[in-house]
Amino acid sequence: MTEFLQQLLNGLSLGAIYALIALGYTMVYGVLRFINFAHSDVFMVGAFIGYFAGQRLPHDSVLSGFATLAAAMAGCAVLGILIERVVYRPLRGGPTLNVLITAIGMSLFLEYTGQLVFGATPRPFPSIIPARIISIHGLVISMNQVIVIVVAALLMVALELAVYRTKIGTAMRAVALNPKAAQLVGINIDVVISFTFGLGSALAGAGGVLYALNYPSIDPLMGVVPGLKAFVAAVLGGVGNIPGAALGALILGMTETFIDGSRWSTYKDAIAFAVLIGILLFRPAGLLGRYATEKV
Amino acid sequence: MLEVSNLFVSYGAIAALRGISLRVEKGAIVTLIGGNGAGKTTTLRTVSGLHRPLGGTVRFLGEDITHVPVHKIVARGLGHVPEGRMIFSNLTVDENLAMGAYLLKDKAAIARNRDYVFGIFPRLKERLRQTAGTLSGGEQQMLAIGRALMGDPKFLMLDEPSLGIAPRLISTIFEKIIEINRDRGIAILLVEQNANLALEISSYAYVMETGHVTVEGRSEELRDNPQLKAAYLGG
Repeated sequence: MTEFLQQLLNGLSLGAIYALIALGYTMVYGVLRFINFAHSDVFMVGAFIGYFAGQRLPHDSVLSGFATLAAAMAGCAVLGILIERVVYRPLRGGPTLNVLITAIGMSLFLEYTGQLVFGATPRPFPSIIPARIISIHGLVISMNQVIVIVVAALLMVALELAVYRTKIGTAMRAVALNPKAAQLVGINIDVVISFTFGLGSALAGAGGVLYALNYPSIDPLMGVVPGLKAFVAAVLGGVGNIPGAALGALILGMTETFIDGSRWSTYKDAIAFAVLIGILLFRPAGLLGRYATEKV
Repeated sequence: MLEVSNLFVSYGAIAALRGISLRVEKGAIVTLIGGNGAGKTTTLRTVSGLHRPLGGTVRFLGEDITHVPVHKIVARGLGHVPEGRMIFSNLTVDENLAMGAYLLKDKAAIARNRDYVFGIFPRLKERLRQTAGTLSGGEQQMLAIGRALMGDPKFLMLDEPSLGIAPRLISTIFEKIIEINRDRGIAILLVEQNANLALEISSYAYVMETGHVTVEGRSEELRDNPQLKAAYLGG
């Protein structure tokens, strides 16, 4: 039982990080119908912003933790908006494949610029948060895990409010449903797209810092694997569907952790992806996704 | 109000509009009739900026809007109820109406517009919390018109408001169109397949065929035009 709870907790914190990344993939897909492959590298940049901010702030303080998080979120929001404005927007209106290839190029650009600037050697992430371990009946809970789960949950509630309770959030859903009709009520699509990139990138930035807290070294290629998994989580939940991305990420995180804790741990990723393929075979549109006929 | 001159539009190699000119005067109801593929919808979409013309100009309220972005054209007071209604199907009726007033900052004005919309379409008030996609065809059309009215348009373009609607609702919708025009002084450009109905409520009409305006004139005169009678008015 303790073992089960322990894995549940580990899975929850891993899934929460995947969720923060997956939400950005799914929101951008929702409004632009393309996968922003550079998103996983925005996550990496978030971790690096956290690294440099964390070094300059007093360690072992919750306040520094929040400041670090805020810095990474703000920095990544700006980066995401810039990437869209400078790289993707000029290609809008052309074939989707062009943007998709450009997104892969942008991803490689960020990864190797990262290596040039930060070096390829992994760096230890500063211990911003007091490293406390709570032990209840053999259940080991680290302060970091608690923070990851609580912060991710709060951010998702904030996202929910932003998307469902604000005017710009409603406009974002309107653009995702029908960009032409959205323009006809006077919505400036460019503003909504910038907002979407900013929001998604801020969450990825937060994900980068939270990930770095639990996996204490960071390097410019650290985004590749979590990014791929978050992308898969978004597809699993039904790409374009916001609650779906969170659900898909939790399922993926849990599956991975439980297999990791079993005697098949070597095949962790293989089994996790097999589960995914299985689910997609039965629900090709994803868990919460619906088949929508593409309007032309 | 609206002055379209010599508009050319094409989809790739296919010419959709080959030199369309038309005018809508302040406070008028003007109709654009014609068969499928004549270019009626393309004309409206080019006026609101959803399509860019290869040639020709669109002037609205005396200013050239041919290359102005859609949301800025809408901000100048042009409302467009598109073909197929294009309501935001996953949003509630309430949210759809709120989006219609996206550009309005004044809360009191938004509330006034809502009251006006509920006055002409009481059905929408009963369905406020409902997801728009679950409404009937007629209710969706009411919502599409209501959404456009929320933005305080000076000029409204309606694309086939009778399409896919229960026959008994069609006359209601047309009565409301007349009411909107009369009470709010909103000029209307109506695209309609049902030529009889369109000529009945409009003062001036244009008949389109394969990208050209072939006939134009006062609606009451066109009602008696033998050629039109044979082609569009059912003998």
